[in-house]
Amino acid sequence: MTNGTILPLRLHEVCFGAGSRAIIERISLEIESGPSTIILGANGAGKSVLMRLMHGLLQPASGRVEWSGTERSGAPRKQAMVFQRPVMLRRSARANVAYALKIAGVPAAMRAALVREALEGVGLSHLASRSARVLSGGEQQRLALARAWALHPEVLFLDEPTASLDPSATREVEAVIRAFDAAGTKIVMATHNLGQARRLGDEIVFLDRGRLVERTPVEQFFSQPRTAQAAAFIKGELPWTG
Amino acid sequence: MSEAFGTALRLLVDLDPKLVEIVLLSLSVSLTAVAIAALLGFPLGAAIAVGRFPGRRTLIVLLNALMGLPPVVVGLVIYLLLSRAGPLGSFGILFTPSAMVIAQTVLILPIIAALSRQAIEDAWGEYQEQLRSLGASRLASALTLLWDTRFSLLTTVLAGFGRAAAEVGAVIIVGGNIDGVTRVMTTTIALETSKGDLPLALGLGMILIAIVVAVNAAAYLTKELAQRRYG
Repeated sequence: MTNGTILPLRLHEVCFGAGSRAIIERISLEIESGPSTIILGANGAGKSVLMRLMHGLLQPASGRVEWSGTERSGAPRKQAMVFQRPVMLRRSARANVAYALKIAGVPAAMRAALVREALEGVGLSHLASRSARVLSGGEQQRLALARAWALHPEVLFLDEPTASLDPSATREVEAVIRAFDAAGTKIVMATHNLGQARRLGDEIVFLDRGRLVERTPVEQFFSQPRTAQAAAFIKGELPWTG
Repeated sequence: MSEAFGTALRLLVDLDPKLVEIVLLSLSVSLTAVAIAALLGFPLGAAIAVGRFPGRRTLIVLLNALMGLPPVVVGLVIYLLLSRAGPLGSFGILFTPSAMVIAQTVLILPIIAALSRQAIEDAWGEYQEQLRSLGASRLASALTLLWDTRFSLLTTVLAGFGRAAAEVGAVIIVGGNIDGVTRVMTTTIALETSKGDLPLALGLGMILIAIVVAVNAAAYLTKELAQRRYG
């Protein structure tokens, strides 16, 4: 919506821990605009924590997380995040999207049109007046995506967005994520679902126990992973993923 | 005993003016106190819920402990403050309904603040990441949470009202139980019972119980409906 890009995002020797346990160990990484980045790894590999460090919800214990350009506190955010379990306010679906715009400082006169467009984009126009918290899990997740869509973020973080959804809701959510990608939004998504990583990703950032193990284009990652850990992970996960 | 009961019922049915006057004063004192306590208690509860400041834990423990303030002690302290020789004596409001409102406000402010703090903090735990992700400031978050917990907050108000309407210790000390001026349901019941005039005491007792039951039923139904409507 405004000029100036916040990418690339640079992580430099980022560490994060809980108590004496290290969750993220010395990760350096540069996230550029363009290809969809999938953060892949087993449960407990540190995917969610890494995304929260990038998004600014957590502060690194050491190391730096640096956005380029104009992302600074106080300004409307050019990044948005969709969580595994969407958090909806006790008000209508429409009002939930409008709330995000209000917090982002969008003038009241402009909100209605943006809300309508966002709800249309995720196929929820017919539920606009319904209370958000009584929607189904899949509908709530699409509403969370609409809330992000209305903000027109440059970067969208998704933390296992379909982990608690059934296959048909998953398909709908994936379609919306593709629409974000088509509209030029940079996708950074954590998942442990290999099928989803293949369907939506251009490159894989593979984590194992808090360390960055490899970063590879999707096709290559699945056909000839460069590390033994990645090969073992693919082998171990494949039988259960679609 | 059954005769007293019959007389009490007649007082109710006839809407005895003296009884009506006492009920109305009771309600206006307690409702005013609840309104003031909510006006102060909600922001206080929200501030403690989302705020990060030194002494926060101590404040929470203190606030929770103050929920059990003995009404007679509150009455005594307000009495000392408002008495002619006290620091606020120049206002001359001791033994007036205003003094009773002040005492009840002090009594239920901790209840409303502590219960709303708990409700808002629970919601904050759920909403925090999402609100911070959207870029909401702490102040904006607190206001959002106040609105989103509105049905729980209604319950805290009703809890405060129940406490205010049923207490006798504070209002009898600062109000003085003056006939026609500061006599409310609870103080009248205490006085009439000790005088042996049971019908008025019984009639008021029935009304008091009816009000408390009605208030709790309203609280329950509101939450129930809200749960179904808003999730």
